[in-house]
Amino acid sequence: MWKTILRRVLIMIPELIILSVLVFLMAKAMPGDPFTGQINPKDSLTQIHHLMRINGLYDPWYEQYWHWVVHLFHGDLGTSYEYQEPVTRIIAQRAGNTLWLALLTMILTYVIALPLGIYAGRHEGHLQDTLVRIYTYATMSVPFFVVLVLGSWIFGYGLNWFPTSGSVSPTASGFLPVLLSRLGHMILPAVLGALFATSSITQYLRSGIIDAKHSDYVMTAQSKGVPMKAIYKHHIFRNALLPIAAFAGYSITGLLGGSIFVEQIFSYPGMGLLFLNAINYRDYTVITALVLLYGFLNLMGTLLSDIALSAIDPRVRVK
Amino acid sequence: MAKQFLDIKDVNTSFEMDGKYYNAISDINLHVNSNEFLAVVGESGCGKSTLAKTIMGLHDPAYTKISGQVDFEGHDLLKMSEKQLNHYRGSKMGMIFQDPLSSLNPLKKVKDQISESLDYHTKLNSKQKNDRVIKLLGEVGIDDPKLIANEFPYQLSGGMRQRVLIAIAIACEPDLIIADEPTTALDVTIQAQILDVLRKIRKENHSSIILITHDLGVVADTADRVAVMYAGQIVEVGTVQQIFEHPLHPYTRSLLRSMPELNTTSDDLYVIDGQVPSLKKMPKTGDRFAPRIPWIKASEHEKNPVMHDVGNEHFVRCSCYKHFYFPDQKKVSENNG
Repeated sequence: MWKTILRRVLIMIPELIILSVLVFLMAKAMPGDPFTGQINPKDSLTQIHHLMRINGLYDPWYEQYWHWVVHLFHGDLGTSYEYQEPVTRIIAQRAGNTLWLALLTMILTYVIALPLGIYAGRHEGHLQDTLVRIYTYATMSVPFFVVLVLGSWIFGYGLNWFPTSGSVSPTASGFLPVLLSRLGHMILPAVLGALFATSSITQYLRSGIIDAKHSDYVMTAQSKGVPMKAIYKHHIFRNALLPIAAFAGYSITGLLGGSIFVEQIFSYPGMGLLFLNAINYRDYTVITALVLLYGFLNLMGTLLSDIALSAIDPRVRVK
Repeated sequence: MAKQFLDIKDVNTSFEMDGKYYNAISDINLHVNSNEFLAVVGESGCGKSTLAKTIMGLHDPAYTKISGQVDFEGHDLLKMSEKQLNHYRGSKMGMIFQDPLSSLNPLKKVKDQISESLDYHTKLNSKQKNDRVIKLLGEVGIDDPKLIANEFPYQLSGGMRQRVLIAIAIACEPDLIIADEPTTALDVTIQAQILDVLRKIRKENHSSIILITHDLGVVADTADRVAVMYAGQIVEVGTVQQIFEHPLHPYTRSLLRSMPELNTTSDDLYVIDGQVPSLKKMPKTGDRFAPRIPWIKASEHEKNPVMHDVGNEHFVRCSCYKHFYFPDQKKVSENNG
């Protein structure tokens, strides 16, 4: 088990190097230069060339890359042109909001999806299963942003149950009121996000249970005289969880990256909204940093999935 | 005569397909004596496995209708609740399955899969269970039982897995073991070893064994009695000597004649033309084998063939056996061979 994890972490090192080179080269390929917008428009082009030269922008790309990596390791991802602040500080401010929203969404997702998937799988072909499948098809086929806009319109503007923008009310002060206000801002986007995420997990689990239920080892267990309840517990669930485990890491990183849809529609100041704004304002340093971070999160996601899988399935463990 | 401890009476099992029920096995009457080795033979799709699963109660009740009686030590298994049946399964009867690859849970260690049976039917503590698992693995011919007990199924070869499945089936020393084509997925040398293990268990545990197979060679040197099945029915039952030396039913005779011998070439291998009718096309009346022996006149088959006692517990279905002959020199064209 530990060997598997160690091996997987070691594999991540070359992956990270390749990722950083790609992100760096893509940033280099972006049009424009960092100074045009920052200097006096009356200054000549030679001035810009001079700035480029002293800042090392005419050095060979691998030297520039090396400088960038060294800065990266010092926690320096450059300064945002838009906010005139270090990129790391901007991301740190947003990361917390996204993290909490992601956590709540994830908990809600699994709290809804696991029982639904198990329930549908157990009653395969019956009314219960049909109802669950109608739910999953409905949530899967309606576009996510439609659900979000409708949800925000009905429960936010119409019923006025939840705030429709921001992450915390400016009037809240003190630990508990701030906490409650944060929760209040998160519930609607989290529930709607979970609603969307449940459909695929429910389907995965449902088909996992059905596959496991009809497998030969279940018949072996029955022939041992094991009651069906115990067969579900000891044989069917664990096997049905394999596809979920393989999927879990990715879904976690997807949420951590911050959903652009959710954050845009609810004006929730997280990483997704930051990314969208950075693209709108051509804020290259922020874009580069976020792309690098998303890439890193994706690698972490596959790592998490592999660890979860190897915890359940002995076949993927390394001897 | 030995005690008949399993007595199957008028059993019919039908499966639901597209809203209708189709008979997979019909009018099964068969008994097993204690400490007897009974072989059930027949082509694929003739209902052998359906019979085995019917005895063990492994069919999904939502899609299956079963009628008749399966008396096991005086109790009708078909009338038992799931809970009562679980009391019998594993402890008094065990089953060995056909595919050793898929019949073991890939996520559980061998020892846990064997001791699961002990969990439900014995009061052994965990150390005793562990010892028992090691002993069982030794009994089924595994050389390093302590090592294998801690392995996962994927780490074992097909033959080893089949031995593990046998160890599971015999964990509580059941009186009846049903082996459903236990050697089909294995290569020939392993087949012989697995059969040796079954023979040994029968001798040492005094169990009865129902061996389901399509391999007549296996039957000849293992079984005491043979039941031949065709299209969901038993067509002939008798001792090994009766079946192999004086086969009566046209199907049994055709089967035996289609067994290749060492000097048989594909040209003179006897082939039974046609195929087993599918469940949906099963004829309601008449001899189900008649379409495959068209040279026998229809009048020589019974309208509703029944089993005839031809003496010494040798039974055969339909009186057409009295008139059966092989069309002489019937050869097979090479593209059929």
